[in-house]
Amino acid sequence: MNALRGLLAKEVRHILRDRRTLAVVVLMPVVQVILFGFAIRTDVKDIRLAIVDPSPDHVTLEIRHRLEASEAFRTVAVLPTTDALDGLFQRGSAQEAVVFEPQFATRLARGLPARVQIIADATEPNTGSTRQNYALAVIRAYERELGGAAPGVSIVPRMRMRFDPTAESSHLFVPGLMAFVLTIISALMTAISLTREKETGTMEALLVSPLRPWQIIVGKVLPYLAIGFVSVILVIIEARLVFQVPLRGSLSLLLFEGLLFILVSLSLGMLISSRTSSQRVAMMGAMLGTMLPTMLLSGFIFPIESMPEILQWVSNVIPAKWFVTIARSIMLKGVGLEYLWPQTLVLCGMALVLLTLSTRSFHIRLE
Amino acid sequence: MREILALAWAEVLHVVRDKATLAQVIMVPVVQLLVLSNAATFTIRETPAYIVDLDRTPTSRGLVSRFTASGHFQITGASVSADLANDALLRGNATLVVIIPADFEKSLVRNAHAEVLLSVNAEKGSAAGIVQSYASDIMADYGRELGADLRPSRATVVDPNRAGPRAGVARIEGRVRSWYNPTVNYKHYMVPGILVALVTLISTLLSAQNIAREKEIGTLEQLNVTPITKGQFITAKLLPFWVLAMADLGIGLLIGWSVFGVPMRGSLLLLFGATGIYLVVTLGIGLLISSHVETQQQAMFVTFFIMMIYLLMSGLFTPVDSMPHWVQVAAEFNPVRHFVSIARAILIKGAGLAEIARPLIILVVFAVAMFWLAVGQYRKRTA
Amino acid sequence: MSEDIAIRAEELTRMFGSFTAVDHITLEVRAGEIFGFLGANGAGKTTAMRMFTGLLEPSSGTAQVAGHDVYTGSEAIKRAIGYMSQRFSLYEDLTVRENIRLYGGIYGLPDREIRARGEQMLARLGMEQSADTQVRAIPLGWRQKLSFSVALLHRPRIVFLDEPTGGVDPITRRQFWEMIYQTAAEGTTVLVTTHYMDEAEYCDRISIMVTGRIGAMGTPAELKREFGTDSMDEVFVRLARPATAGAA
Repeated sequence: MNALRGLLAKEVRHILRDRRTLAVVVLMPVVQVILFGFAIRTDVKDIRLAIVDPSPDHVTLEIRHRLEASEAFRTVAVLPTTDALDGLFQRGSAQEAVVFEPQFATRLARGLPARVQIIADATEPNTGSTRQNYALAVIRAYERELGGAAPGVSIVPRMRMRFDPTAESSHLFVPGLMAFVLTIISALMTAISLTREKETGTMEALLVSPLRPWQIIVGKVLPYLAIGFVSVILVIIEARLVFQVPLRGSLSLLLFEGLLFILVSLSLGMLISSRTSSQRVAMMGAMLGTMLPTMLLSGFIFPIESMPEILQWVSNVIPAKWFVTIARSIMLKGVGLEYLWPQTLVLCGMALVLLTLSTRSFHIRLE
Repeated sequence: MREILALAWAEVLHVVRDKATLAQVIMVPVVQLLVLSNAATFTIRETPAYIVDLDRTPTSRGLVSRFTASGHFQITGASVSADLANDALLRGNATLVVIIPADFEKSLVRNAHAEVLLSVNAEKGSAAGIVQSYASDIMADYGRELGADLRPSRATVVDPNRAGPRAGVARIEGRVRSWYNPTVNYKHYMVPGILVALVTLISTLLSAQNIAREKEIGTLEQLNVTPITKGQFITAKLLPFWVLAMADLGIGLLIGWSVFGVPMRGSLLLLFGATGIYLVVTLGIGLLISSHVETQQQAMFVTFFIMMIYLLMSGLFTPVDSMPHWVQVAAEFNPVRHFVSIARAILIKGAGLAEIARPLIILVVFAVAMFWLAVGQYRKRTA
Repeated sequence: MSEDIAIRAEELTRMFGSFTAVDHITLEVRAGEIFGFLGANGAGKTTAMRMFTGLLEPSSGTAQVAGHDVYTGSEAIKRAIGYMSQRFSLYEDLTVRENIRLYGGIYGLPDREIRARGEQMLARLGMEQSADTQVRAIPLGWRQKLSFSVALLHRPRIVFLDEPTGGVDPITRRQFWEMIYQTAAEGTTVLVTTHYMDEAEYCDRISIMVTGRIGAMGTPAELKREFGTDSMDEVFVRLARPATAGAA
């Protein structure tokens, strides 16, 4: 046990001396959560609108006025023809265009259908359709007032966003963000730790010592666990203070799950580093291997339900996915272990498997 | 010139001989591009929904059938009990609950208007918003369809006060067009984005840990003692990575085109040209980082920190327009953001040089600034 | 005549914070000399050498190397000198020939020259067979000799060797010194640092650094006479004794 304590002390001293890394590791989650909490939004607002009105008249002007008055739009150009539209869209100056048919009011007066085209930049499909709907809504409202002769009836939804009545995007992203940032840092930290020893040759000293492989691994993981824990606390504080993300469930459960999650990520890093011998490879591996997949497969930004079956299966392997569910449930739904025990079990299982695998790799290397 | 080529060639040899890194730099992007492009989508399919139809008229049943027919929803339960629905929501068996009130049809007939209650599990994050918008679309479409069917009963209820020009006949036909993505294929949007992310990550990581590693091993000293100038040194170091990243882009585009059918509407030459400039920026950033750290580990961490910020604030995954104003201003200083809009503009919107001029010029300014900074910051001699 | 003096230093000093690594050293190295820079580990030898080679800026004092001032002419100095570092010289994952091509190119030699001199060098070392082997597969002794030769590829006037014979067997050490003699005979100035006192005998003149200052300087014979002993080891011990005794 003394040997283990010695190893722990050494690791801690290492970490504390490397100021830059320490600063990044502790500050990074905090700063990032702040930034991204503000940056990752999907609300559609301030749509840049281009109007094409070949023959302005009182009807088109009225509709234009309403569009402009609505908070959703900001008119950036009024054009007589559609020629310049492509360029505007390509430049990004306009995101939507409303194109009136010539002789609009006259046609209406004569009882002929007056056509208006709503063109949205659908490069991003969902935003595209949301933008279209906003414009349609304004036009339909006007139409109803005109003579109540809008084709069809209006069926209007009354929305209830359950478990998060404000439905602030930040509330939804922040728990996911926590998971994301923590995964990467933890995996990175441990991946580097072991390989650095290998590269500088100090690993031999460790192996020759009476320390058994599992002790070496535990000794290396524990200090980083502590650091990660500090990060978790900081991030939760931040989420509450800055974004007012609710915490309807138990804080201690959240902390416990956070700790468990970090353990899993650290074990992953340990596994990566036990299989590579160069720092560079370990780092690239940890970084490339965890960054994008975690971002994309954990459900943090893109809903897992949208993914093809295979990928939904694959996402089960990503620890972040489980933690995202857990964190969201605890914070937003307020549920406890009774509901979350399956997910918790999965995380425990992952940690166990990864640690065992790392220990085994160690053995093989010794031989 | 000779000096640059000599050093650059040695760098190339280093990279080529480092099989592990080479594999990572080429294989990983390919694999991730293939896998992740399938993941990154906001389209919803088969969302579990629970229907509570309290009206049970042909009209309400028509609405329910629209939900089923849409393909986006899978009805996992139906009843007349709101409690059961709520339970399904809590348990996670349903993401959406649709409650059609008992006077649905009557309300439509009388007022040409009716409300339907939707409960969405907001826990699902962005999925919730999309579910809501799909549901609304379905209802709105249904409403438009209904017009014809329900009109006979309405004809007698025309309100003379509201008679505008020829009441009952005036119609504004709104037609909706989706430019650049008529098939509404999310992959076409995401693939260029993921490609940009990968190219960015790789180029920055490679250059960041390069010099840090040389510092650690001690080879840097040997180079500092030679008469090679800072500018030559930096150019030589970055050149191979530049080539590598461009190759990555080429491979990625090939995959995007052949596997995902991403349109290549604009000039590829223009895209590669813009990429070339962009890479100078990212490589320069990596270099700047590595000259300020002592170990490879620090290089990695700082790079990660910065790259994360850049990537998530670049409009790759969530639109810049949705960000608060002050964040959008900050995003102007993010080279990734500009490159993303250039890439999407060229590939998907078929933009030409004139249309991407503004972000391109910004990138050029960044490139020059980065290179100048990197050269200026590098010290052959410790003060 | 400055042409005869390859390296000149006057009150050259380097501090790191409050720690003085090199403390006002004054010395002159004549052209074509083999000058030994001796001292214990941490005495300041490497720091001094790094100032001469333009890697480190002095805190105070003056120095000229190959006729150029170390403050203002460090890039010119680099063109005129060769350097073999303690930690590393050749890239391990490149072959011998590739290393030669690299350094030749960096020093601006035309391809033809690089090839010619490279072949010459390999012939002299008897290493033609290993020309296309990666350096990491070459044993340490040969690597040292190779590094030295590569440092001379561009025919510098002065060559700096930082602990070149560390970890090498005695026979290889002797061969290495023969190479140094050969080089000096051809007119190149050699400044070599070492903590092996017996290597001091091989030098024309030496200086012994003790905690940043020059404790003694002269030919090996002079120093032995001065300290009344016939082994350089003894000279060193006597020099170092006051320093260790009166640890300030």
